[in-house]
Amino acid sequence: MTHLLEVQDLVVKFGLRSGDLTALNGINFTLDPGERMGLVGESGAGKSVAGFSIINLISKPGFIASGRVLFEGEEISAYPLEQMRGIRGNRISMIFQDPMMTLNPVLTIGTQMVETILAHNRISTAHAREIALEKLSKVYISSPGKRLGQYPHELSGGMRQRVVIAISLLTNPSLIIADEPTTALDVTIQAEVMALLLELCKNEHMGLILITHDLGVVSQVTEKICVMYAGRIVEQGPTESIVTNPRHPYTRGLIQALPQGGGGRGRLHQIPGMMPNLTSIPPGCAFHPRCEHTMDICRSKAPQLFGDSETPGLVACHLYAQAR
Amino acid sequence: MTDSKSLVRISNVVKHFDISGGFLDRISFSGGRPSLTTTTVKALNDVSLDITQGEILSVVGESGCGKSTLGRTVLGLYPPTSGEIAFRDTRIDNLSARQMLPYRRKMQMVFQDPYASLNPRMTVRQILEEPTSFHFPDLSRSQVQDKVAEVMRQVGVDPAWAGRYPHEFSGGQRQRISIARALMVDPEFIVADEPISALDVSIQAQILNLIMDCQERFGLTYMFITHDLSVVEHISTRVAVMYLGTLCELADKKNLYGEPQHPYSRALLSAIPRLGSKGFSHMRLKGEVPTPINLPPGCVFHTRCPFTEERCRREIPALRTLPNGSRAACHALEEGRI
Ligand SMILES: Nc1ncnc2c1ncn2[C@@H]1O[C@H](COP(=O)(O)OP(=O)(O)OP(=O)(O)O)[C@@H](O)[C@H]1O
Ligand SMILES: Nc1ncnc2c1ncn2[C@@H]1O[C@H](COP(=O)(O)OP(=O)(O)OP(=O)(O)O)[C@@H](O)[C@H]1O
Ligand code: SF4
Ligand code: SF4
Ligand SMILES: [Mg+2]
Ligand SMILES: [Mg+2]
Repeated sequence: MTHLLEVQDLVVKFGLRSGDLTALNGINFTLDPGERMGLVGESGAGKSVAGFSIINLISKPGFIASGRVLFEGEEISAYPLEQMRGIRGNRISMIFQDPMMTLNPVLTIGTQMVETILAHNRISTAHAREIALEKLSKVYISSPGKRLGQYPHELSGGMRQRVVIAISLLTNPSLIIADEPTTALDVTIQAEVMALLLELCKNEHMGLILITHDLGVVSQVTEKICVMYAGRIVEQGPTESIVTNPRHPYTRGLIQALPQGGGGRGRLHQIPGMMPNLTSIPPGCAFHPRCEHTMDICRSKAPQLFGDSETPGLVACHLYAQAR
Repeated sequence: MTDSKSLVRISNVVKHFDISGGFLDRISFSGGRPSLTTTTVKALNDVSLDITQGEILSVVGESGCGKSTLGRTVLGLYPPTSGEIAFRDTRIDNLSARQMLPYRRKMQMVFQDPYASLNPRMTVRQILEEPTSFHFPDLSRSQVQDKVAEVMRQVGVDPAWAGRYPHEFSGGQRQRISIARALMVDPEFIVADEPISALDVSIQAQILNLIMDCQERFGLTYMFITHDLSVVEHISTRVAVMYLGTLCELADKKNLYGEPQHPYSRALLSAIPRLGSKGFSHMRLKGEVPTPINLPPGCVFHTRCPFTEERCRREIPALRTLPNGSRAACHALEEGRI
């Protein structure tokens, strides 16, 4: 079976006056049709850059320095820009944190939806309207007929994000890349929007890459997780095993830093220090200045992702290499 | 709750903002005649609650429900439209600036965005010395400097860095510095308005630990405003749940998380994304949040509540004590329907 998406040794750099900054340092992962993956990590880890570079949506001074992206078996990273545009917003849809990245403030919801549909299908305007109505009902927008005539600013934040989801569904994509889609929303509305996204992915058999720093949301929605630190994937595996049995010291730290529920008031686990600036990534394992298990080898040699037969998933840490 | 230990008492506080704008914006024509309209945001509607000495009282609720307005009104940064604020049984909402001075010291605020709240042109030393010399004019220069070093150590920032500017610090360190600034003047009460929302998880843990340490070490009392319900469950003593400027439920943390009473609290808590939970089992709310400009009559939650009945649409429910000790404002609870 071909993977829906295959990312191979992807390296993304930003050309700065002081020299090139490596934002993505060789990441690898695959996604199967209908599979849902979470991309997690702290601010600056490279999650958005990873998500955007899949569809070559990296703006200057950023550029893909090396690596390949295969989508439905085709090497889309080799596509000229024009051909890539045919894929973006079509077979691969994006949902951003701010719905206004997608919505045009001066056009009604109806106009935007109908135009999108007509751009991809040779059908009548009336038919396009019907499709728009149907998609709006699918995302549980109340009185969809009325909404078609409204402007984005007349809708609440949660409703706007649902409209964006409806628009992203218009072209029947096989992959959705969602970058912090609910971070700006209240918890009750976040739950509505995420539950909706999950339901649609399941029903339409769409793949999902969910970029977020919220491990709770990731564990509700995804089947597997990639944990990023300083431009690399440091651990990946099935969501359940990462959440219950994290192996990389950074992943463990992240999970232990969360309040565990149950109302205890104990001290929270803190990871000392902070994520390095990508212009000065420590040599060897980038996490070594903050790690409580640092060994000599960690300071000189960068650990590679690898797996063993006993545990699902992959981890990039010398602790496990030694055990092997 | 227990009156004797009350540090801050909020009684029937109403806060309205007039957002009518200029004269020309306000002219409207009705029946052919020009008239002046006023547009009022009803940010707080008759909120009463006591904050007990030594506790962390968390305030939660949707964006725009009035959490920050409540915090600012308590500190005297906004005058209440009506109602009273008392600190240790002294009414403080009607004091002159001069009379208010000692309370400005005792009650401090920590903000969400330490970038915006720290003056970028001042060094950390200047940021910390300024309020100290102001509120403690009798301290000598060297005493102030000693205090700066001591407080910096307490919040975990190396005093050797006192000569640096805010932009030279990370987000977490900047938030430590804003907490240090509050601690410099020996406060008794701190309103912390989303102090960790802009920080990464691993850094959030550091700041939450610091907040809990200060509570224990200095007997500090907090009003802690946040939208992160897992954090609230960890650090609070009691929790106030707000909706559209109204207090819906006031409960001990264990009670609220164990058996939330008010329908809105139930919906809110069911929506917490929990680590290790699969899928969603949240309580669905119908409709959209109304605006605080046009408050629904009766119970402000009735347009979205699954238990609404006729009485909810006309009568505002009062906060009542329930058998489990929680207090909630809901007719259905009073009637024993839910
Ligand atoms: N336009 C840009 N110019 C220069 N560097 C950039 C640019 N965009 C991103 N970077 C670099 O890439 C790194 C990763 O950024 P990215 O936006 O992917 O982080 P993220 O993991 O999505 O963080 P967040 O959680 O804050 O969104 C940043 O630390 C930054 O150094
Ligand atoms: N200075 C002001 N002038 C006019 N309206 C205001 C002012 N401050 C707050 N409001 C309005 O009062 C209501 C309550 O706002 P407030 O900032 O207290 O909410 P909040 O619960 O803190 O929300 P958030 O979670 O988004 O911070 C909102 O409708 C807001 O628009
Ligand atoms: S490789 Fe070494 S420093 Fe890096 S996480 Fe593993 S033990 Fe820690
Ligand atoms: S008073 Fe009525 S509308 Fe309000 S929360 Fe209770 S049941 Fe719902
Ligand atoms: Mg990002
Ligand atoms: Mg606020």
